[in-house]
Amino acid sequence: MQALTNRAKQVDRAPMTFIEQLYLWNIVKGMAITFMHMFKKQPTIRYPEQKREFSSVFRGLHVLNRDEEGKERCTACGLCAVACPAEAITMEAAERLEGEENLYREEKYAAKYEINMLRCIFCGLCEEACPKDAIYLSETFTPADFNRKNFIYKKTDLLIPNPTTDAQGFAAAKGVKTNEIGLKN
Amino acid sequence: MTILALDWFLLIEKLILIAVIIFASLGVALYTTFAERKVAAILQDRPGPNRAGPFGLFQPLADGLKLITKEEIIPTHANKWLFILGPGLAMTAALMTCAVVPWGGTIDVMGHKVDLQIADVNIGILYVFAVVSMGVYGVMIGGWASNNKFSLMASLRAASQAISYELAMGLSLIALLMVTGSLSLRTIVEQQVGHVWNIVYQPVGFLIFFICALAECNRTPFDLPEAENELNFGYHQEYSSMKLGFYLFSEYINMFISSTIMATMFFGGYDLPFVTSHLSSPGTAAIVGIVVLMAKVVMFIFLFMWIRWTIPRFRYDQLMDLGWKKMIPLALANMLVTGFIVLLKQNNWHF
Repeated sequence: MQALTNRAKQVDRAPMTFIEQLYLWNIVKGMAITFMHMFKKQPTIRYPEQKREFSSVFRGLHVLNRDEEGKERCTACGLCAVACPAEAITMEAAERLEGEENLYREEKYAAKYEINMLRCIFCGLCEEACPKDAIYLSETFTPADFNRKNFIYKKTDLLIPNPTTDAQGFAAAKGVKTNEIGLKN
Repeated sequence: MTILALDWFLLIEKLILIAVIIFASLGVALYTTFAERKVAAILQDRPGPNRAGPFGLFQPLADGLKLITKEEIIPTHANKWLFILGPGLAMTAALMTCAVVPWGGTIDVMGHKVDLQIADVNIGILYVFAVVSMGVYGVMIGGWASNNKFSLMASLRAASQAISYELAMGLSLIALLMVTGSLSLRTIVEQQVGHVWNIVYQPVGFLIFFICALAECNRTPFDLPEAENELNFGYHQEYSSMKLGFYLFSEYINMFISSTIMATMFFGGYDLPFVTSHLSSPGTAAIVGIVVLMAKVVMFIFLFMWIRWTIPRFRYDQLMDLGWKKMIPLALANMLVTGFIVLLKQNNWHF
């Protein structure tokens, strides 16, 4: 039969020699191999201390964005909720009152904004749907809790720190490099 | 009165020695479990346990705490007394062996000469053999008392394996004893201090002894009694809590003791070549001796682990094949050749 490749090797069916029967030589060879592994580089990432580098398009927990003056960008248009294939997003709109211009960018804002993180599939469609650049997915992942209820993230959990009062936190959240934004507490 | 006073000193000295050696063996066994996991990890390109304390050094303490606080389960149909006796016997037999090992030379304590050895019995090796073969009773009784077919099978394997390999072990030792002419471990060590080690005279004997020691300690590639994937952990399957801990511990103590015996008989015990025989102060010599012996033991334990994480387990027929058809004839041949040469030497190399 024609061989498909030239990598085929004939199996050696010769009876074992005495030295092979003693196993010792082969055991020594095997032990040399394991010994060499002591000097190999470990691929382990020591997780809580070290973190894996993510790709720039990694989709982690959501962040509700503010503009440079600290005003919330979200106008509660509901496009993210419509786009969400897992129906994880709910919101309630409210009208901006007199004197709240420093809090909300436009006349309408989200009074309540909740994402059920147990439903969410982190597809990022909400981020794509948003016309106001108000929601994006950060690099934070592995949220953990003892209670299912706490996985429904409220606006307080999602909002980015205010750049006017907490410039550092805002920069860290914006920098998107292994930050803790969106993590509870 | 003076005789009585001397006896008191001897009693206290021996009690302290026994306590120190038993606690040292337990401590070594404790950290051997840690070393085993670390060595396994490093040989497999992993970091190993590194959470508890610096470099994971408190891991064995955490393991021990876990074992102690777990629930003790005695199966309903198990033979209760034998079930409790099994791990105790395994542990006792493992600890008893260290009584005849010379851990170092002689030190001076308040004008008394203290040998760093619990008992210099003139049949030291025979004693070791007797106690080591007791060790398999722990496994057998535990496996039998569990009333579980896998455990029973494991204890059968353990018994037949111990019998098969003790023969070759004994035969390899007879050759060594022909060279040394003594059964006392201290005499054997003292013969090696300043001279060549026995490994030079008995390389084949050492190889056989080492392989048989692996089998006696139930270490891979001879860990058939606790073959995880065929027998569900074998003889200690039904055990939990500290009784399981005793079994696991006795394995590591056995490993420690057989490393010590090998170092003592073939690698000069507490002898550091070119140094020990030139040390003038006996106290310094004793301390250097202990350190050297421990270094040798650590090397052997590493070798045990290195083998464990390299070689797969033998099949049962291969095990018996190796034991009866390879080891015993080799040991017999070694014994005959050694006997012939020893006889020739006594006759001043004349036929």
